[in-house]
Amino acid sequence: MLEIEIDGKAAQVPDGSSIMDAAELLGAYIPHFCYHKKLSIAANCRMCLVQVEKAPKPLPACATPVTNGMKVFTHSDLAVKAQKGVMEFLLINHPLDCPICDQGGECQLQDLSVGYGGSVSRYREEKRVVIHKDVSPLISMKEMARCIHCTRCVRFGQEIAGIMELGMINRNVHSEITSFVGKTVDSELSGNMIDLCPVGALTSKPFRYSARSWELQRRRSVSPHDSLGSNLVVQTKHDRVMRVLPFENEEINECWLSDKDRFSYEGLNSPARLLKPMVRVDGTLREVDWNTALDYVSHGLKDITGKDGGDALGILASPHATLEELYLLHKLARSLGCGNIDFRLRRRDFSADGKTAGIPWLGMKLAEVSDLDAALIVGGFPRKEQPLLAQRLRQAAKRAARFSFLTAGGDDQLIATHARLNVSPADLPKALAGIVKAAASLKKAAIPAGLETQEYCANSERIAQSLIDGEKTALFLGNMAEQHPQAALLHALAQELANITGARLGFFGEAANSVGAWLARAIPSGHNAYAMLEAPRKAYLLFNAEPEFDCHNPRLATAALKQAALTVAITSFKGGAAMEYADALLPLAAFTETSGTFVNTEGRAQSFNGVATPPGEARPGWKILRVLGNLLGISGFSQNSSEEVRHEIFTSGPFVSGLDNRIKDIALNLAAPSPVQGQLQRIADVPIHFADPLVRRAPALQLTRDASAPAARIHPETLEKLGIANASKVRVRETDGNGEALFVARADATVPAGCARIAAAHPASAGLGDMFAAIRVEGVR
Amino acid sequence: MGAIKDLFSSLFLKELLKGMSITGRYLFARKITVFYPEEKTPQSFRFRGLHALRRYPNGEERCISCKLCEAVCPAMAITIESGEREDGSRRTSRYDIDLTKCIFCGFCEEACPVDAIVETRIVEYHGEERGDLHYTKQMLLANGDRYEAQIAADRVMDAKYR
Repeated sequence: MLEIEIDGKAAQVPDGSSIMDAAELLGAYIPHFCYHKKLSIAANCRMCLVQVEKAPKPLPACATPVTNGMKVFTHSDLAVKAQKGVMEFLLINHPLDCPICDQGGECQLQDLSVGYGGSVSRYREEKRVVIHKDVSPLISMKEMARCIHCTRCVRFGQEIAGIMELGMINRNVHSEITSFVGKTVDSELSGNMIDLCPVGALTSKPFRYSARSWELQRRRSVSPHDSLGSNLVVQTKHDRVMRVLPFENEEINECWLSDKDRFSYEGLNSPARLLKPMVRVDGTLREVDWNTALDYVSHGLKDITGKDGGDALGILASPHATLEELYLLHKLARSLGCGNIDFRLRRRDFSADGKTAGIPWLGMKLAEVSDLDAALIVGGFPRKEQPLLAQRLRQAAKRAARFSFLTAGGDDQLIATHARLNVSPADLPKALAGIVKAAASLKKAAIPAGLETQEYCANSERIAQSLIDGEKTALFLGNMAEQHPQAALLHALAQELANITGARLGFFGEAANSVGAWLARAIPSGHNAYAMLEAPRKAYLLFNAEPEFDCHNPRLATAALKQAALTVAITSFKGGAAMEYADALLPLAAFTETSGTFVNTEGRAQSFNGVATPPGEARPGWKILRVLGNLLGISGFSQNSSEEVRHEIFTSGPFVSGLDNRIKDIALNLAAPSPVQGQLQRIADVPIHFADPLVRRAPALQLTRDASAPAARIHPETLEKLGIANASKVRVRETDGNGEALFVARADATVPAGCARIAAAHPASAGLGDMFAAIRVEGVR
Repeated sequence: MGAIKDLFSSLFLKELLKGMSITGRYLFARKITVFYPEEKTPQSFRFRGLHALRRYPNGEERCISCKLCEAVCPAMAITIESGEREDGSRRTSRYDIDLTKCIFCGFCEEACPVDAIVETRIVEYHGEERGDLHYTKQMLLANGDRYEAQIAADRVMDAKYR
């Protein structure tokens, strides 16, 4: 510990602290631009100059380490004179166009120039002009003359996003921030640069010129997208969500937000919002009032479940729905005698049901991810699926944590990788079994039954070794491992590996409420999400789900919904396939318009309130379900608030079970012949900006590179073997089934041989079936 | 002593005479009545009357939608919606002043960085219905176009005091 005195106040700070850290500890404010607590020290804005006793010149507080007995003066004449001098220089080339600048009112330069700037400029010469750039549909770089070269955006890219997409070229007065020639800023975390920019050089494109910071109301909320449940500040004006900013929560999202969380609000104001209930009359959907629609739905459900029993109904709920909504849905299903309710829409293998010890979760707190020494990530693309969790892994990898990946598809996760196994989805279990066996051999433990003949490669051994060596180790199953046709086997193998190495087993989790849906018991006692589409039901109730995109097999889903006598969609949006298959559409309030709870992947229940009024006649989901329950004459639907529903969930009835990833009674049978046997296997990822109905309707996100139309990405050698030229048009057919779709073939060396990576959840691939099916690729003339 | 003084004051109607003397003085003094509307009182170049939105000589509207007038308005009489015009510049898509709310304090004019919103010397305007005094952007720009010569002259007069 070191003694330091700042402006007469003494404190003790840990060794290695800078004056800035000490000042923060003491509550003394030192003006700064380039310093940011999460970024490295650049000390290039010079705004934080302070006077240090015995130092002949003022020193930058952010880059000066504290020495014992140091005396610092932040407001002495020397310090203030230095700071004022720096400010004058910063303002020399600043255009001072605050009135038309979107940062006006929340600008650090503006705020500090009030305290340190002169009232008039002494600079009479010409100001520099910086050519504007167009680098992203999310970030506006139209007024780069405002830039003060703090390089926060550059350091953010290098350090947090893991990819340097902006940099500073030239020197001195000619220096400017720009992207690489001809390149765009495509990081899934790029929106954070807008927050980081202390001036108005990088501003939000969707928000551009639409409101001022002082006229916005700030409300807290929770992101409904990925499984982290990032904390949000939703800013509204006249009851309309104008933008979303991060709410700092060190335990979840730190001070960051992924672009999906930040810009998906545009979908809330989409013209595709369903504003009135609609009911199919004589073959066409007509807008009706709520009474008519609810009558229609309740009679329809009563008729079908009365005549054919509850089993004739299938309920598909989105894991992005709130805990309360899912719970009422579960209650509704149970009262109708229907066991066919499920939220795991993209899952294929349900053989683990009933064999798991509890609710699958991350297996640790999110903050603990940052402290890991080693981890193996099986399946999935965390960078695009849980961007901020990947960010934590990236930071941990920087301080020498050893992270290995076992996936199908070698996308760069921008995480320093210890070892990587890139295999086809069909080989995923075998590869994992190899690691299990390697670990067992290294640890001299008993080899689990079924793996005696399994072989493994050197890389598997390296991975196993890293898991054995590390003190805090983990084994994560990503989204692909959950959607995989042999998910239970992967789970069981991971369990074995965890047992042997002592690593903690965890699931990244697919959606905001994947854990909560288990708590709400939105799980089947009858048919599961796949089975209820495979064996079509007479009636379907869809909650916030669009099965043509959200299900494992969109073709099967659409067919099942089309044949159903009654399909009720409780949804926020109209348009698309729902207009063909739905018989009734009930307008649902989006996450900003309802109160509810999301339970994130670390098991943290986060309740939030509505921040805006639902548009048109849309109503919160729990209210719709409550009234539907009343109309169906079911008891237990008399809650008057979502809090009452939540209270009921946590106090009544048996909890399904605690958070527990253990699994038992799954035979490690690796001998079963591969279902794809020498054919091409599809690898289906869910692109970041197509994962849920809301983000699919956010226009700016749909313009990003991540949202570009899916191609059939095939390994160059496989492509050559197939006799297909790169960038040519191909028809993709399923070997069993009638699904087919047209794509452009792209040679991609990151895709394992014998596979074609074709994204799911996109209209272009909605004609295809299973996510990991065997396919044929033919050239189209 | 006081009682005697009061007695004499009331006996000789002292207050009444005092009052009547003032009346008498004004009866013979020079008349200051202004016969409005034939006659008008002189106005200062800083007079704060009807609002106007000005344009630059090339016809471009001055207002850049910075919303400072909206923020400073103590009566919250100004409503602005901003957006990006086709040419990419920041402009208002709506600029309304509710003159029934306005207290003519002139803060909007003071706040404006581009001298777009101004208060003219015009006081003679009226509305037959409540909504008539809700001035929209078009009406305010029309005011500016109509009285630009006077507005510009007034700003020149005021400039030396700023």
